[in-house]
Amino acid sequence: MPDPKIQIDHISYQYDNGKQVLRDISLDVAAHAVTVFFGPAGGGKTTLLRLINRLNDLVDDTHMDGRILLDGEDIYAPDVSVPALRRRVGMVFALPLALPGTIRENVVYGPKLAGQNDRVRLEEIVVRSLRQAALWDEVKDRLDHPALSLSGGQQQRLCIARSLALEPEVLLLDEPTSGLDPISTAKVEDSLSQLKQNYTIIIVPHSVQQAARVADHAAFFLMGELVEYQAGDGLFTAPRDQRTEDYITGRYG
Amino acid sequence: MAAIAGPKPVSADTKRRYLVQRVGFALLTVAALVVVLPILYVIGSIVVQGIAAINWEFLFGMPRDGMKAGGIWPAIVGTIVLTISTAVISIPIGVGGAIYLSEYARDTKLTRSIRLALVNLAGIPSVVYGLFGLGMFVIFLGFGTSIVAGALTLAIMTLPVMISAAEEALRAVPMEFRTVSASLGGTRWQGVSRIVLPQALPGIITGVILGLLRVMGETAPILFTVAAFYLPRLPTSPLDQTMALPYHLYVISTQVPGMPPKMQYGTALVLLVFVLSLNLLATLIRSYFRRRRQW
Repeated sequence: MPDPKIQIDHISYQYDNGKQVLRDISLDVAAHAVTVFFGPAGGGKTTLLRLINRLNDLVDDTHMDGRILLDGEDIYAPDVSVPALRRRVGMVFALPLALPGTIRENVVYGPKLAGQNDRVRLEEIVVRSLRQAALWDEVKDRLDHPALSLSGGQQQRLCIARSLALEPEVLLLDEPTSGLDPISTAKVEDSLSQLKQNYTIIIVPHSVQQAARVADHAAFFLMGELVEYQAGDGLFTAPRDQRTEDYITGRYG
Repeated sequence: MAAIAGPKPVSADTKRRYLVQRVGFALLTVAALVVVLPILYVIGSIVVQGIAAINWEFLFGMPRDGMKAGGIWPAIVGTIVLTISTAVISIPIGVGGAIYLSEYARDTKLTRSIRLALVNLAGIPSVVYGLFGLGMFVIFLGFGTSIVAGALTLAIMTLPVMISAAEEALRAVPMEFRTVSASLGGTRWQGVSRIVLPQALPGIITGVILGLLRVMGETAPILFTVAAFYLPRLPTSPLDQTMALPYHLYVISTQVPGMPPKMQYGTALVLLVFVLSLNLLATLIRSYFRRRRQW
C-alpha cells in the first residue's frame, strides 16, 4: 500500500489482570478510503480504535506493546501532544452524545478548545461541518436550539459534524448508526462516501451488511486477533479464512 | 363459569395480606409522625413565643440594660459576617478539593488517606473543633479571639460536608461528557471547566449552602475563638471579636438572671429563620436546576 495513513505495528493490549484484548495486530490503513474493522463482539475493534486516538490513555491498569504510526510518526512517542493528536484523529461514538448546549455550541466546541475565537471563522466552520454531515438543511434555522431537541439520528450527525469541525485527518467511527433508524443510517452511510475524499475513515460497523456497503478495505477481527485483511471488497466475496466466511454467512455471531 | 360474572371473589389469604399491608403502612406513618411532630412542636413554640419580641428595635437596635432590652443587631451582624468569612475561606478549598478528588486523583494510598481523613473530620464533635481553633488560631498563630480565628475554625468544620456534596455533584455528571471533550482535543481541565463544572454547579451550590448551614448555628466552635458577650460597637476589622446569634442565645438563656423569656425566644426565632431560609434557598436552587438538567 503506497504511503498508508496509519500503520498499526504489532499491537498487543492487555489488562494487568492478564486479560488479553488484542493480540499482535498489524495492518496498514489507506488514506482517503473507508476501512472497516468488523467482527463479533469482544473482538477488540473498539479498543483498537481507541488506541488510535489515545483515548485509552484514560483507562488505568492496562499495558500496550507495539507501535501505531500516523504519517510515519509514532503517536505514543513521549513528546507527542495528546490533545493535538486528537484534533487530527477524531472520533464518533456509538451513542449520540450531544453536549449540553445549543447545536451551534456543540459544533464549535472543538475549535474553541483549540483557541479559535474569531466569530466569522467559527460561523464558517459551523456551516461547513453541518453540510459535510448532511445535517445543514435540517437545522440551519435552529442553530440556537438545544442540541437535545434533535432526534437520535440528527444528534448522531451532529456528533459527526462536531468532529469534522476540527478538520481532522482521520475519522474513527464506532458503530455510529447502531441506534439509528434505516433512513438516518442511509444518510450517514452516504455522507461517508463524500467524506472519504477529504478524510481517512475507519469505521466499526454494526452489521456485516453495513460493512459490505461502505467498505473500501476490510479487516476481520475475532477474539482480539486480526484474522484477515483485504483491500477492496475481496473479503466479502472471497474470504481467505474459514472463520471469516463462517461469520459473514451467519454461522456464528 | 367466571367469565361474565364480575370480579373474582377474594381469597382469605389475599385478605390477610391486604390487612398486613395496611397495618405496615400505618406503622410507617406513625414513625414518620414521631419524627416530624416534635420538630413542628419546637418550631411552633419558638414562633409563638418569640414573635412577640420581633420589632424594628429588636432586629436593628443595639442591646440595652444588660441585654434584657433593646435589640440583637450586633449578634445578627456577627452571624452574617462569620458566615460570609467562613464561606470565603471554605469555598475555594472545598470546591477545589472536590474537583481534585473527583477529576484528577488516582486511586492511591494518598487519595484513600484523604478520604478517610474527611470521613473522620465529619464525625468530630464541635466542641473539639472549638478547642482546636483555640489552640491553633487564637493562641499558636496569634490571631487572638477574632473573626479570623472563628471563621478559620468554622471553615474547617464545613469542609467535610462541602467536599462530600460537591464531589458527589461532580461525579453525577456522566462520564460521557468528559470522553467527548477529550476526543475533541480537550485537556482534562478544559473538560472540567467547560462542561463538568457548569453541569455540577447546582449540586455544588447546594453542597456549599449545606456546609455553611452546618456551622451557622454552632455555639461551641465560636465560644473559644471569637464570640463576645457584649460589644459596645460593631466589629470593624477581622481581628475584632464579634457577637453571634448562637452564643448570644446561650448566654441570655443561662447566664443572665431576670432575662425576659420573649427575648430568648425572639433570638431563637431569628436564628431559626436564618437557618430555615438558607435551607429553603438550597432546596429551591436544587429543584430549579433539576428541572433544567440536560441529562
